[in-house]
Amino acid sequence: MTTTETRPPSAAQPEAKRNSPLSAVLRARELPVALALVILVTVTAIANPLFLSPQGVKDLLLNATIIVILAVGQAIVIITRNVDLSVGSILGLVAFMTGSLFANVEGIPIPVVFLAGLALGAVLGAINGLLVTLAKVPALVITLGTLYIYRGVNNAWAGGTQYFAGDRPDAFGALSVDTFLGFPVITLLALVVVVVVGVFLAGARSGRDLYAIGSDPEAARVFGLPVGRRVFLAFVTNGLLAGLAGVLYASRFNSVGATTGSGMELDVVAAAVVGGVAIFGGSGSVFGAAIGAILLTTITSALTALRVDKFWQQAIVGVLILAAIIIDRIASVRTARKLRISEARDV
Amino acid sequence: MSDPVKTAPVPERVDGTTVLEAEPKGRTGWARVLLGRDAVMIYALIVVIVIAMIAVPRFASPVTTGFLLLDVIPVLLIAMPMTLVIITGEIDLSVASIAGLTSAIMGVLWQAGFDIGIVLVISVLAGVVAGAVNGFLVAVVGLPSLAVTIGTLALFRGLALVVIGDNAVANFPPELTAFFTSKLGATGIPTVMVGVVVVILFFGVLLHLTPFGRGLYALGYSQEAARFVGIKVARAKLWLFVGTGTVSALAGVYWTLRYSSARSDNASGLELAVIAAVLLGGVSIFGGKGSIPGVVAAVLLIGVINYALRLGRVSDVVLIIVTGSLLIASVVAPSVFGAISKWRHDRRVHRELPQATTSGAASA
Repeated sequence: MTTTETRPPSAAQPEAKRNSPLSAVLRARELPVALALVILVTVTAIANPLFLSPQGVKDLLLNATIIVILAVGQAIVIITRNVDLSVGSILGLVAFMTGSLFANVEGIPIPVVFLAGLALGAVLGAINGLLVTLAKVPALVITLGTLYIYRGVNNAWAGGTQYFAGDRPDAFGALSVDTFLGFPVITLLALVVVVVVGVFLAGARSGRDLYAIGSDPEAARVFGLPVGRRVFLAFVTNGLLAGLAGVLYASRFNSVGATTGSGMELDVVAAAVVGGVAIFGGSGSVFGAAIGAILLTTITSALTALRVDKFWQQAIVGVLILAAIIIDRIASVRTARKLRISEARDV
Repeated sequence: MSDPVKTAPVPERVDGTTVLEAEPKGRTGWARVLLGRDAVMIYALIVVIVIAMIAVPRFASPVTTGFLLLDVIPVLLIAMPMTLVIITGEIDLSVASIAGLTSAIMGVLWQAGFDIGIVLVISVLAGVVAGAVNGFLVAVVGLPSLAVTIGTLALFRGLALVVIGDNAVANFPPELTAFFTSKLGATGIPTVMVGVVVVILFFGVLLHLTPFGRGLYALGYSQEAARFVGIKVARAKLWLFVGTGTVSALAGVYWTLRYSSARSDNASGLELAVIAAVLLGGVSIFGGKGSIPGVVAAVLLIGVINYALRLGRVSDVVLIIVTGSLLIASVVAPSVFGAISKWRHDRRVHRELPQATTSGAASA
């Protein structure tokens, strides 16, 4: 196992000591997107005070919850220099299974449904992970294929069937209505996911490995990291989270059917990219991805609250994605220049 | 390990290195053409067509040719420039949104009472501009195309919504919409296929027979190396994205007139179908590999399978499993074959050069 690996002591970065915590905050990749979110919410709240009413906040959080969970999973995969386009299909399949379990199995306990959803998501993620790591084919191609296959399975299974809110127990639907300390229950679940995964990626050795793999897969392999196993687990985790999102989708929305979640994959990737997760791996954090997801969902509500023509919303989202990529580019060019200067000084 | 007694005599060269006689050489001449990836794709297409003609009632008729081709034309068109883009190691996810934007602009201009010729010219120009925006961001600014075109996918589709809202324009000149579904005599081949063939030939010749096209392969293998041998990397990429934008606009025009409906959500989701077909056609997502004949065969293969299954009353929605499975099989199979041939190669090296295993020379 990994504990037997030895690492050179020089792995600790000497230049990290010179930076104060404040400058670390100022250089964080999450900062621009977090600022954008704060400005957006402030401006909208000034223009339309109803935007931050208890009900308004609750709606904002509920809208963000599912895409936040998906963006966190996607961030894990993108950090390893892969991508998973099949998440929309996984979500759809799990959501439909959730509806079907409640409708067909009398009195099935809610935790069992959650476990079943997580398990199905993990299995679908594992299929992606196996194909990517064993066949050594780019994840973009494999998950584009499984996007179609999972969606096809969903279509075949569902046909024209839809399950509605009436088919499920009230307690399950209440998860996305009831609040605890002002937060909807499913939002708290998403928050737990963000914190757990975020701390894991920032602190745990196998979490740090993901960044090393994404920065340079060859170097990571030479260094002795179990690249295949880590990437596989990243896909399984992403599938698991997409499964969780699928179960929550069935709780949050009125109906689930054959087309549930289709087209969601690009929104999720966009959320991660807006949140500062570099599309070619190796940098970014799940906190950034989560904030990116909140920003993208909030902007839709904000534009409605500001009475902007609803037809402009998608175009504005597009501009936002492009702005995020350009800002990211400028930041990385500046970092590279600084590193070059400091290296030259050290010599 | 094999028994050293059975080892074939290995010819010794002057410098002391040895030559493996049994090592297969790369294919040359006709064998290369007839056994290559493209040829296999074309054989698969022919086999599927023959099976469909035998097994599926009503498949073998001019009606089939007509509807099948009308269905695949948008994907076939966009797949051509997309092949070139992916060969250079980039990708364009915004093609379907450009087609939608073109369609929306057509609808609004036509409703505003412009002459149909002017409407068509402005719509296609919109595609050129949209492609140039992608090309500028990727080639000049140097941003990753995957991220950029996810952004412009949302942006162009959003602009389509801004232009036309949730209206639909349907009253295009009847003689024009009739032309777009008309057939060439009794063959059942749609008249517009003439234009599509021109586009295919244009990109086929451009890729395979011009220095520019050959340079794209070099570009896909290594940008640095391509720059050193004098290929203008940024300019080539800029033009390719202008190409995808232009052809996507043509596909948008076709879509609008074929269904006689201009809407903001026309052709949505088509980008993934195009990319799936291109990759199935043997184009490597890493760049540097692929060909136009292979891609054309792949587009037609998916079209034929879908059409035949639909005639065989397989539910429409289940068909996407076929696309997905074909895509995965086409990329996993070479990887499996590669592993097998490497294993055989290693075994041969071990058998014929038993001493090499101790010196470590075979580990490479």
